[in-house]
Amino acid sequence: MATVDPIDAHYTDSESAAVTGREYRQARRTPVTWVRGGGLATLLFLLPMLFVFGAFSWYPIVRTVIMTVQHTNLVSPATWVGLDNFRAVLHDPLLPIAVKNTAEFAGLALIFGYPIPLVAAVLMSEVRRRRGLYSVLAYLPVVIPPVVAVLLWKTFYNANPTGVFNTILGWIHLGPYPWLQSQSTALPSLVLESTWANAGGTVIIYLAALTGVNAELYEAASVDGASIWRKVWHITLPQLRGVLLLTMILQIIGTAQVFLEPYLFTSGGPANATLTVLLLIYNYAFGNSLGGDYGNATALSLMLAAFLAVFSLTYLRATRSWSAR
Amino acid sequence: MRRRARRHDVTGHALISATDWRRPSIRWGVGGAQAVLLVGLVVIGLGPLVWLAKSAITPTVDTITHPISLFPHGAAWSNLRDAWTRVNVGRYFWNTVVLAIGSWVSQIVVATTAGFALSVLRPKYAKLINALLLTTLFIPAVVLLVPLYIEIVRPPLIHHTFIDSYWAIWLPAGASAFNVVLVKRFFDNLPREIFEAARMDGAGPVRLFASVVLPMSKPILGVVSVFAVLASWKDFLWPLLVLTDPNRQPLSVRLPTIQSQTELGVFLAALFIASLVPIAGFFVFQRSFLRGTGLGGALKG
Repeated sequence: MATVDPIDAHYTDSESAAVTGREYRQARRTPVTWVRGGGLATLLFLLPMLFVFGAFSWYPIVRTVIMTVQHTNLVSPATWVGLDNFRAVLHDPLLPIAVKNTAEFAGLALIFGYPIPLVAAVLMSEVRRRRGLYSVLAYLPVVIPPVVAVLLWKTFYNANPTGVFNTILGWIHLGPYPWLQSQSTALPSLVLESTWANAGGTVIIYLAALTGVNAELYEAASVDGASIWRKVWHITLPQLRGVLLLTMILQIIGTAQVFLEPYLFTSGGPANATLTVLLLIYNYAFGNSLGGDYGNATALSLMLAAFLAVFSLTYLRATRSWSAR
Repeated sequence: MRRRARRHDVTGHALISATDWRRPSIRWGVGGAQAVLLVGLVVIGLGPLVWLAKSAITPTVDTITHPISLFPHGAAWSNLRDAWTRVNVGRYFWNTVVLAIGSWVSQIVVATTAGFALSVLRPKYAKLINALLLTTLFIPAVVLLVPLYIEIVRPPLIHHTFIDSYWAIWLPAGASAFNVVLVKRFFDNLPREIFEAARMDGAGPVRLFASVVLPMSKPILGVVSVFAVLASWKDFLWPLLVLTDPNRQPLSVRLPTIQSQTELGVFLAALFIASLVPIAGFFVFQRSFLRGTGLGGALKG
């Protein structure tokens, strides 16, 4: 509180001249005028943010870049190794597998998870009664803690004929399916759970965007006798295209960093069928109880971040003309 | 009929106009699709939760042999009690609460003070800080993981490890650029004249912050709070890395171990307990979630 008093005094002093702190500061700058003009108070207000971001965001970002060219194991002092970490990661036979699985996960997630929320949101926005009930139900899976969701689905995916999904599918004489235990069905099973857990958020974004569609366009089209399909195709979708493009790139960026599902469902198995890039980073750093290979882990995470940055920029550039309203 | 049509004009977005609704083919077609959607949402959105609630109080044997049947051999309320006491879910639950409260405090303090300084006080270097903040928004969290972990194990300048300290969770939680931007944008839209008037009346920055800006900011503080607590409740990887003592770990970190060490019924009861708080929070603060204030607002910007 002690720092406040001189500033309070300053404001009352200069009240008659109606000089604001900013003008006062510009007149002549010495440390004293800086403090009296509120400069110190401003800095004190920024202090929590500067400390927290400096220590836990800006410093680690710089540290990552340094660590990629070092060999660090927390026991002996870090040594300079040049590009060895990048070379080691690029020569790791697991890397192509992880990249392929991650791409497959992202692709499947787009196929499962991209059209359904859109169709659901368009239908929901035209519901006349209890629209809130629809949104609550759609959003409910998003609220469940991800660990709970994954472990619950792990129970559902029990490969015995008496597993939850196998029992239900058995009613219509399907299965039993191996789900997480087979190399071919494990990854799609992960995508299915991830879609269930995340689709609600996308539905809510689309619903918000749909309220922004200009109702006059619909009215004009109705006057011209346009069918509902034509209105959806020629008004709704074009009006939503900015949001549609954004949710697509956000979903790709999110699924490229999928970790929880492969870690908790399968630990990357069976036979590396669900090993993703993030799981590989985790395994480099924390998977070995004898000590982590932090250099490799940071090198791969930096490569992933760089790839996502280049990918997003290319994507935004390619779709810029199309998304402009 | 007429009344219903008018109400639709007010609430609907009129992709399907009132005249459209009067046509039987559309009423049955669209109405039918909406009914199917509702049934689907009940099965997909509510189904797994209802199953979890049911199985949390069903004997393990019944859940394994007849997962879909409704209490073939009665209920087993003991699951919940066993989970809370014998499996220590009670302790992990309170750990989770303490972690969430601390993360909430840290996020609120950082976001409001920084938002106030950058939006209301506006020092000359605000632009630089804004730019530094925005760059962190574009850095994927994975890039920070390893260096942050090493910083907690071996902090620079201090010879003391923060492994197993809750500060290792609380403080990094505050470094959310998203929160700062959200709060700053809200402060940007508050009427400037009020700040000037308060200054004329002799209010210093602290008075301005505590008595003028904060009371006007309850809506945005509510949104940030709800998402801060929920995010902390959901967090898994970071607490897994920095909290190695099982007695200090939150629920999310303990649940996978509980699964491998206890019978299914008790484990499902633990899962059920772990999801109660977020679900209750969702129903209480429905509007904050569904208006898309958090995500939708950020996306539009």
